[in-house]
Amino acid sequence: MSAIQVHGLNKTFNEKKALTNIQLSIEPGEMVALIGASGSGKSTLIRHIGGLIHSDKNDSEIKVLGQVMQKNGKLGSNVRKIRSEVGVVFQQFNLVNRLSVLTNVLMGYLGQIPSWRGTLGLFTHAEKKRAMDALHRVGIDKLALQRSSTLSGGQQQRAAIARTITQGAKVILADEPIASLDPSSSRKVMDTLERVNLEDKVTVLVSLHQVDYAMQYCPRTIAMRDGEIVFDGNSESLTPDFLKQLYGDHSLELYGNNKQEKPAGNYTQKDAAALASV
Amino acid sequence: MSTQAYSQSTRDIVVPNTKRSFANLAMWGITFALLALSWEGADMRPLSLIENAENMSQFVSGFFPPDMSQWRMYVNEIWITIQIAIWGTALSIVFAVPFGILSSENLVPWWVFQPVRRLMDAFRAINEMVFAMLFVVAVGLGPFAGVLALWVHTTGILAKLFSEAVESIDPRPVEGIRATGATALQEVIYGVIPQVLPLWISYSLYRFESNVRSATVLGIVGAGGIGMVLWENVRGFYYAETAAVMILIIISVSLLDLLSQRLRKMVT
Repeated sequence: MSAIQVHGLNKTFNEKKALTNIQLSIEPGEMVALIGASGSGKSTLIRHIGGLIHSDKNDSEIKVLGQVMQKNGKLGSNVRKIRSEVGVVFQQFNLVNRLSVLTNVLMGYLGQIPSWRGTLGLFTHAEKKRAMDALHRVGIDKLALQRSSTLSGGQQQRAAIARTITQGAKVILADEPIASLDPSSSRKVMDTLERVNLEDKVTVLVSLHQVDYAMQYCPRTIAMRDGEIVFDGNSESLTPDFLKQLYGDHSLELYGNNKQEKPAGNYTQKDAAALASV
Repeated sequence: MSTQAYSQSTRDIVVPNTKRSFANLAMWGITFALLALSWEGADMRPLSLIENAENMSQFVSGFFPPDMSQWRMYVNEIWITIQIAIWGTALSIVFAVPFGILSSENLVPWWVFQPVRRLMDAFRAINEMVFAMLFVVAVGLGPFAGVLALWVHTTGILAKLFSEAVESIDPRPVEGIRATGATALQEVIYGVIPQVLPLWISYSLYRFESNVRSATVLGIVGAGGIGMVLWENVRGFYYAETAAVMILIIISVSLLDLLSQRLRKMVT
């Protein structure tokens, strides 16, 4: 059983093609990088796999851990349960600013415990203990009671990873987790993801800007251009010449140092409304 | 070379046209036309203020000195007025939370928020005095009718304000909660409400201030509070007593405004 399986995925935003016939399969325990220039479709692909957005209505299927996340443009019937097994880490962390770090991490339980208990915020002592353990693993347990807005970007991102740990996620989807971080925070976040991958055997799919990070942390890389997968294989075969061949003039942007990217695109209020109504 | 380039460039600077645009003039024209058009309908007779100056001064002098002899009763009635506002506001907050969420277009589909919004429009469109008259018939004279009147009207207002706050939230934390497999209700509780709570509290306190002011006149239609005393004094030409009541209302409303302003600054 593959951890992630995508078949025939297409997505069109306002008549503009964002993803074209995506096929991919990722095995349990892999750590895979997803690279590509801004607007190449990385975020859109990750949001589809996480069940946060619908595909076009043609013949397509996305399975996560053997269960249908969405099929032919419709979310699967037990999408909430599958979401609870998939941790998503976002570029802008997506923590709730005014809640404490610990509460944010406890949110990881919402998909697992009875919904009345989650709704009332009645978490058991054991659950709080495990949330603290998760915070300890990512190195920010001392900040547990601070509001998450008071943390630095790198600390917030590690809190977001701690949330996926309490979630007991078997798959982590990380959408540009280091794009808004400085180099040393980026390294800490990538180290944390790598540890979760190696120690817990969690499958990680991480979209990245810089090819050097992809090569260092991920044995396998998938490269995208204009909504299509143009490379899928061993990260070591990504030589500068090869990248130039793949991306032409864009290759400089992919090779480190260019950190000036707008926050993940493809996101409109309308999408949020459509999703909320699901 | 560089100075030459400089003088060259300054010569090219053109003073932009700063004349009033046609649209600007038209706006003023419309404003004055509207005022002129409404003159007759509003029965504007500024001269009568001067012609009847003597009557006016006699009328005003009737208010002085204010007669505070019954201040205990007045203070008691003002306290009842404030209690009407407290309950009216509290009930409306309880109802405005679900109605506000159900009229936010980023949380619910159009076939939910459109009807809920229209219902809230209706609650807002009708003044609390009108509701008070209706509730006096339904539940009898007294403060409870006033509470119900404030409740309906304020629910309409707060639901609109609450939903506007909800519509301007950052959707990303909500998505973060959704990604954990949370239910829709949990998304609202943990993703939406923490973001809007300071604004909600501020709006509620502001409406409490307004409700204290509104509650001072509810008594005129029999819905309890200081308004009843005020109305009886005016009708009986007891202007000295009326003046006393008005002074006490000004003092208590100002104090509550100050207090609630302080509280609002603390939450936002």
